[in-house]
Amino acid sequence: MNAILTMAAKEIREASRNRWVLATTLLLAGLALSLSFLGSAPTGTVGVGSLEVTVVSLASLSIFLLPLIALLLGFDAIVGETERGTMMLLLTYPLSREQLLLGKFLGHAAILCFATVLGYGLAGIVVGLTATEATPEAIQAFATMIGSSVLLGCAFLALGYLVSALVRDRGAAAGAAVAIWLVFVLLYDMAVLGALVADQGRVLSRAAVSAMLLLNPTDAYRLLNLTSFPSVSRLAGMAGVSAQVSLPPWALLATLMAWIAGPLLLTITLFSRRDR
Amino acid sequence: MTLPIELVGVTKCYGEHVAVRDVSFALEAGKTVALVGHNGAGKSTLIKLMLGVTRPSAGAVRVLGIDPVSSGPTLRRRLGFLPENVAFHPASTGREALDFFARLKGEPIGANMALLERVGLAAAADRRIGAYSKGMRQRLGLAQALIGSPDILFLDEPTTGLDPALRRRFYEILGQLRNRGVTVLLSSHALSELQGNADRVLVLNAGALIADGSLSALRNLARLPVRISVCAAHGTPDFGPEWREIEEGRATRICEPGEKLAVLKTLLPRLDPADALEIDEPSLDDLYAHFLGAEVEQ
Repeated sequence: MNAILTMAAKEIREASRNRWVLATTLLLAGLALSLSFLGSAPTGTVGVGSLEVTVVSLASLSIFLLPLIALLLGFDAIVGETERGTMMLLLTYPLSREQLLLGKFLGHAAILCFATVLGYGLAGIVVGLTATEATPEAIQAFATMIGSSVLLGCAFLALGYLVSALVRDRGAAAGAAVAIWLVFVLLYDMAVLGALVADQGRVLSRAAVSAMLLLNPTDAYRLLNLTSFPSVSRLAGMAGVSAQVSLPPWALLATLMAWIAGPLLLTITLFSRRDR
Repeated sequence: MTLPIELVGVTKCYGEHVAVRDVSFALEAGKTVALVGHNGAGKSTLIKLMLGVTRPSAGAVRVLGIDPVSSGPTLRRRLGFLPENVAFHPASTGREALDFFARLKGEPIGANMALLERVGLAAAADRRIGAYSKGMRQRLGLAQALIGSPDILFLDEPTTGLDPALRRRFYEILGQLRNRGVTVLLSSHALSELQGNADRVLVLNAGALIADGSLSALRNLARLPVRISVCAAHGTPDFGPEWREIEEGRATRICEPGEKLAVLKTLLPRLDPADALEIDEPSLDDLYAHFLGAEVEQ
């Protein structure tokens, strides 16, 4: 346990030293604040909208941005240390390969968590203080959004680690990370949408559509945030969807968790079996 | 008493490539042993096998009587390792890097400043490693390997990139460790700097162990010829048919190490006091070329 925490602390220190933490936090806070102020622009006013509007706009932003940040953080984790020659030395220290990876992951996850909670939390507090009313349900929706954003980031962090364990050089890892981002964030949804339109409801059952959405962590995140709370889903235009796709919040949360645990366990297995 | 290191018939293949071929040796405690060979001769792979980072394809490796691959943390706490081209995160300071490694090894970080002093880095302890010279990074690497007073030290090409003064300082530290009974295994591709610094030399070529012994034993084994040259002060020297005149007034003779004294005995009475005499013993570089030269020419 001590070895894991030592590894995690080292990751956090190095990331804060090269301004990763600062840059990510500022980026998320800046975007979150500007979105909360401009979020109600389509309704004709510029000013702070309600917390629910902020949840909708921030959730949509997170789907694009957090996976990217997490993949950038993760793709270098193993292949980068190997290329720089720092991995070999670590492997001779009295810690197992499992501990080594878990420690690194914990450190990176803490960085993501810090940046997301601080960046989004700041926007939440500003909106909550200035908005006309912040109902308990809205606060709960906002908290869910922050929590699930951290989980979404961790899922893509784990995918980044998997890439990092699979490829031989950093360049290939960076390429694969971008490909993963494109597939999960853009192409997958387009493909599902295409399939639904082409199918016209003939073959694909409701369960099949639900299953398709669980195969992508960004969809689980989107459904969790935009359909779990009626006041939010009304704003997001998702009221119809939430009636159609019968996935309870716990299933969506479990999906996100599985998307963290699955790639991470696979990475640890691959790395522990590696013979060098 | 268990031997610090024992290898029995160890072979390591990476796919088709055989990096280490049927190597067996045992090291005694408290000795400094050098692994010598060209780049790619299998020195680093052997060290990785002994550190348990990679598994042998055949044969058995025992470090302090334990299989290093399945040993777990207890064995590793007793080993120190300085990798070839040691690297640290450039944004950390020397002290932070050592603190991190000491924590990983479960050692008190309070002892680190003494380690930094020992390798001459105390003044640079709080500077970023990114601003360190190659020699400073190498010394930080050595300090890292010394954390927790290990029983066995593995040093992979420890002196490459060090200037002569640092090299000497490095071997001084190694000498202190030897006096304390630490077993040191270092790899090198320069035999010449091992004179007086290594008790035993293992010569590796293309993954196989081709010679094993002290430097003087290797010298005897190689039976490299001695060259005697005379530079005559007046006229042309004429000592006999074995002598070859290489330039005006200068003659050379190559002889076996065993007949050196006999040759000198007959030569000395015939020399003029003003003549100059040179005896060239085979250098360690010649010895290196003798054992490994064939590989270069191929």
